Amino acid sequence: MVTCVNDAMFPGTGAAVVRLLRRLGVDVDFPEAQTCCAQPMVNTGYLDEAVPVVRTFVDAFEGYDAIVTPSGSCAGSVRHQHRLVAQRSGDAGLERAVAATSPRTYELTEFLVDVLGVTDVGAYFPHRVTYHPTCHSLRMLGVGDRPRRLLEDVRGLRLVDLPHAEECCGFGGTFAVKNADTSIAMGSDKARHVRETGAEVLVAGDNSCLMHIGGLLSRGRAGVRVMHLAEILASTEGDAR
Amino acid sequence: MTHTFVGMPPFPTAARAALADTQLRHNLAHATATIRGKRARVVDEVENWEELRLAGAAVKDRALRGLDEHLVQLEESLTARGATVHWARDADEANQVVIEVAQRHGVDEVVKVKSMVTQEIGLNEALQAEGIAAWETDLAELIVQLGGDLPSHILVPAIHRNRAEIRDIFRRRMGEVGRAAPADLTDEPAVLAAAARAHLREKFLRARMAVSGANFAVADTGTLVVVESEGNGRMCLTLPEVLVSVVGIEKVVPSWAELDPLLRLLPRSSTGERMNPYTSTWSGVTPGDGPQEVHVVLLDNGRTRALADDVGRQALRCIRCSACLNVCPVYERVGGHAYGSVYPGPIGAILNPLLKGTGDPQTDSLPYASTLCGACFEACPVLIDIPEVLVHLRSKVVDGHREDRVPKPEAVAMKSAAWTFSRGGRLRLAERLTGVGVGVGRRLGASRWTSARDLPKAPPESFRAWWRRTDGRLDP
Repeated sequence: MVTCVNDAMFPGTGAAVVRLLRRLGVDVDFPEAQTCCAQPMVNTGYLDEAVPVVRTFVDAFEGYDAIVTPSGSCAGSVRHQHRLVAQRSGDAGLERAVAATSPRTYELTEFLVDVLGVTDVGAYFPHRVTYHPTCHSLRMLGVGDRPRRLLEDVRGLRLVDLPHAEECCGFGGTFAVKNADTSIAMGSDKARHVRETGAEVLVAGDNSCLMHIGGLLSRGRAGVRVMHLAEILASTEGDAR
Repeated sequence: MTHTFVGMPPFPTAARAALADTQLRHNLAHATATIRGKRARVVDEVENWEELRLAGAAVKDRALRGLDEHLVQLEESLTARGATVHWARDADEANQVVIEVAQRHGVDEVVKVKSMVTQEIGLNEALQAEGIAAWETDLAELIVQLGGDLPSHILVPAIHRNRAEIRDIFRRRMGEVGRAAPADLTDEPAVLAAAARAHLREKFLRARMAVSGANFAVADTGTLVVVESEGNGRMCLTLPEVLVSVVGIEKVVPSWAELDPLLRLLPRSSTGERMNPYTSTWSGVTPGDGPQEVHVVLLDNGRTRALADDVGRQALRCIRCSACLNVCPVYERVGGHAYGSVYPGPIGAILNPLLKGTGDPQTDSLPYASTLCGACFEACPVLIDIPEVLVHLRSKVVDGHREDRVPKPEAVAMKSAAWTFSRGGRLRLAERLTGVGVGVGRRLGASRWTSARDLPKAPPESFRAWWRRTDGRLDP
């Protein structure tokens, strides 16, 4: 599952996941019927509108061994919210389909560490990097130190601690526009902590959070770029990044 | 002076004003960081904290499942021990009980133990309207009352004030309502506390009637429990002749033994202490000792409405510890006033709509006052899944507008997104037609995004276009 945001805005992240997983010997497919996990509707309160989107999801991903996504938030939505949407629909068939797809959905680092059993993915990235654990990876999925273990095994990479790392960046989906002022206040503090690390690159497992923090860093001409974890893990000695 | 939250603007508007107050931001960041650190230390040292949370949640769930029976038992136990029990459906009924007791005794003032429920029902204002002064005796509540201010935190209602501001309030206002602050008052905490002590002592010794809430109401023994730090509550509970306690019906705990996990969870979660300095318990009237006339007002005021909500009812487990406020990144930045209620922060964002019902613009804005980051759920001692309830309440807000003749732009956008997202082919077409990124940007509300944030450069093609072109074999 590439996710709708990555599909439209960050295709490089999806491509990195494909490259990384193929390098690790996984048979990767992108079912073209997929669209979105329905989280934008669910989290804004539009449950009826989420029903056809969840239906599209279960149809698109039926029959695969594992559904892997480079987003803690979307994985969290599939695992924790699809059941509620299916219940709302009153369609027992959809509830059964969701019961089949939800547990087979993994955030990328869970799939790498738990299913493939690797932390050294053969990556090379010679930069000073700081990691922001996004809220849904951290608290909804409980990915724990999996991203950190993967980053520590990247050759050339210097990982520096982010102060107040576990505090939300203020993105929050539609919160970012419904409560734009509060969102920006939270993001400004996060961007300040990122700058304090002296890192060249801020890495996270969710491009939507990175779009928010990165947008503030860019507007502030902070000289720090943001990258999805998948893109760092996909990088090898041959890349001129 | 009457200060209430009535007529507050919706959260985003109130938050905008609060965010501009740099002194407030500084006071809150400092205070919440301090209390977060204290809590984390004393929670970490409890080995079985997770089991304790489960036990606390189980006690409250048991109480709520059998609420009808436990309340009747509570009434019987209290009555048998000499208390008078009153039932109040709403704020007006509860306030009327307190007013009538005060009038019967001919008092023109009452001293008050810090209580959330009497703030919820606007008791001070109701008493004032009858010419009865209500003196707050909790130090922070005193600061709020003297400052003509509103509480902004459940546990530390004056958290938005620093000590220099408190000194100014004491200097300016104490003399108008009782013993004045000394002329040489400094902003040293001990000096400020001594001034409050001298000011309040006069009121404790003079007052003939006290009003309290209760942290817990034990059904089998008919015991009310107040947990506090200062001892001022105990002054109110023991010195006056008449005591009226207003108790929300969700405060009932079936048995004395079941207080155990709750009394262990509360101080560590709220003040970050292993044990609170004062735990007062009383069961009706004890002849010759303490108040000789004891009233208990059992208050609904929306609690049965919340109980009827199968997702939201878990909010009634709340023991008002404030841990969720102290860890909330939204609360830390905007403070409590922006929530427009005596119950601010994450718990307020769910409790207010549950108690009052959805449909009012201010109340309806509260479930959206969160990024759903989940820090509140992680900190809650009774395992209230606040993000789950927030999302549930958002759906109630949306459902409340489904019959609108003119749908909101957001509803139109969500419907069209749902249509587009229902078929992979539709999304592919939409991405081609609108230009990748532009459509997403527009759906996000581009101007509110770009006021302070750059948007990433739109990619030349979408992932699905790249996949179709290359089967994922070449770099995009």
